[in-house]
Amino acid sequence: MTAELIYVIPEIALLTLASIILVVDTFGSPDDRSFTVTLSQSSLLVVIGLLIYLMPDSTNYALGMSFVSDQMGAYLKIFICIFTLVVFFYSFEYLKEHELVKGEYFVLGLFAVLGMMVMVSAYSLLTIYLGLELLSLSLYAMVAMNRDSQQSAEAAMKYFVLGALASGMLLYGISMLYGISGAIDLGSLSAYIAQQENTGLLLAFGLVFVVVGIAFKLGAVPFHMWVPDVYQGSPTSVTLFISSAPKIAAFAMAIRLLVDGMAGLVNDWQGMLMILSVLSMAAGNIIAISQTNIKRMLAYSTIAHIGFLLLGIASGSYSGYAGSMFYVICYALMSMGAFGMIILLGRKGYEADTLDDFKGLATRSPWFAFMMLILMFSMAGVPPLVGFWAKWFVIKEVVAMGHIWLAAVAVLFSVIGAYYYLRLVKLMYFDKPDQMTALKASKGMRFVLSINGLALLILGFIPGALMTLCLSAFSV
Amino acid sequence: MLVLSEFLTLGAILFCISVAGIFINRKNVIILLMCIELMLLSVNMNFISFSHFLGDIGGQVFVFFILTVAAAEAAIGLAILVVLFRSRNTINVADLDSMKG
Repeated sequence: MTAELIYVIPEIALLTLASIILVVDTFGSPDDRSFTVTLSQSSLLVVIGLLIYLMPDSTNYALGMSFVSDQMGAYLKIFICIFTLVVFFYSFEYLKEHELVKGEYFVLGLFAVLGMMVMVSAYSLLTIYLGLELLSLSLYAMVAMNRDSQQSAEAAMKYFVLGALASGMLLYGISMLYGISGAIDLGSLSAYIAQQENTGLLLAFGLVFVVVGIAFKLGAVPFHMWVPDVYQGSPTSVTLFISSAPKIAAFAMAIRLLVDGMAGLVNDWQGMLMILSVLSMAAGNIIAISQTNIKRMLAYSTIAHIGFLLLGIASGSYSGYAGSMFYVICYALMSMGAFGMIILLGRKGYEADTLDDFKGLATRSPWFAFMMLILMFSMAGVPPLVGFWAKWFVIKEVVAMGHIWLAAVAVLFSVIGAYYYLRLVKLMYFDKPDQMTALKASKGMRFVLSINGLALLILGFIPGALMTLCLSAFSV
Repeated sequence: MLVLSEFLTLGAILFCISVAGIFINRKNVIILLMCIELMLLSVNMNFISFSHFLGDIGGQVFVFFILTVAAAEAAIGLAILVVLFRSRNTINVADLDSMKG
């Protein structure tokens, strides 16, 4: 029993460190939180170190079959920690500028990371639920962090109600699955499903509720109502966080539930995911065109990207799941950069979140206009950037599974989507700026943001390395 | 003697009432929070009845976790409600429409 605790060490370490930081933070001076930030970032580094050191080469179970340690989990957890590390960096810049620095922000962030790690490694319906709730509850509080903003409070309330509704749906489905199979661990569930000759009514009922729950959490159409409001209303640093690492965790949750738990029902959930994915790509890309607020525009673009992500899972093959994993990692990287740019352009009491704020950026700062160009081209899927490869791998798998029409629809909506990404590029390069103020961001912020943008370019030239990693995650 | 399906029907009815409550209610955010609690309790009903009729303790353990999480969720929900009321002086659901597009 104690020997298997070794697989849980990264989570235990993070829990311990987060609790310590929570206590240490109360003794710090209220005006200077840089110590808390440094501690939070160092604890993430410690966890990354532990994850790499304890990298599993086979699949192991711990804590009475409720926790699984495998390569996919370890890779995703490492990416979650790295992205959160960068998010904390951007966030601190933003919070300092807007005088919102609070220690709780970073502690809640760490607990959210813990929730994500639990979700990624969950092997029973109970651990999936607990991980999900730990993540969601931390995020609700983070959205409401800016107490003076009416929009934040409204966004937090919407997020809370719809998130709780999603959890309720997921739980209802889980209760059905438990009732039929008589077990809450995914291994027994999938063994039970494998014995069934045809899908029973209750099983289908449970599956539908679980898929609805997943779709709600990912923000796929028609369960996307919360995404635009939450993205627009939250402080940009929180939007940045919500749009990056939690998407990776939601992907892992979908894989655990659908592939590890209900692989036997692949013919049933494949169809549902395809419908969700086509609707998401259509609604996301078309509604984004009419947006003037860039945070809202990126929210609709997220919905469209989630459509692509679901497409890879819907292909029902291991290489399809690897394609989706590649997609979600690239998406998190792009989204982090895009919101990082909004933070870079903002200043005290002013959020640079309308499209007009990007007008003539090329004359104000050619380098960062170029970074934004890379980010937008990557999101639109222009080669040789990594966003192109992400779309390419997913579409390739969809075609390999014989769904040519689905691939055609995906390409069509990507072309429509390219319009609003390119419009932003046009605003930056061909319009006159409304304001000529120089960018105020610190050297560190400029450096990290440049790395973030260049990473998309570099990964675009060598997509093979990341793809091999994703494929190896699913080959065990 | 009550049978499993009767408990499940009760659970389903409670679940439907709570979902209907969330979507129909346009007046008061507190009622939304009550509906969310009701939804979790209807799931608990399912779990307990399954657990009893399967003779498996796992479902009841699950219920304890759901109750704990529901308490934490209610705390955060009410905290957000307080923030919302302080910034707008209203908790009318129909007024939560400042963001559009």
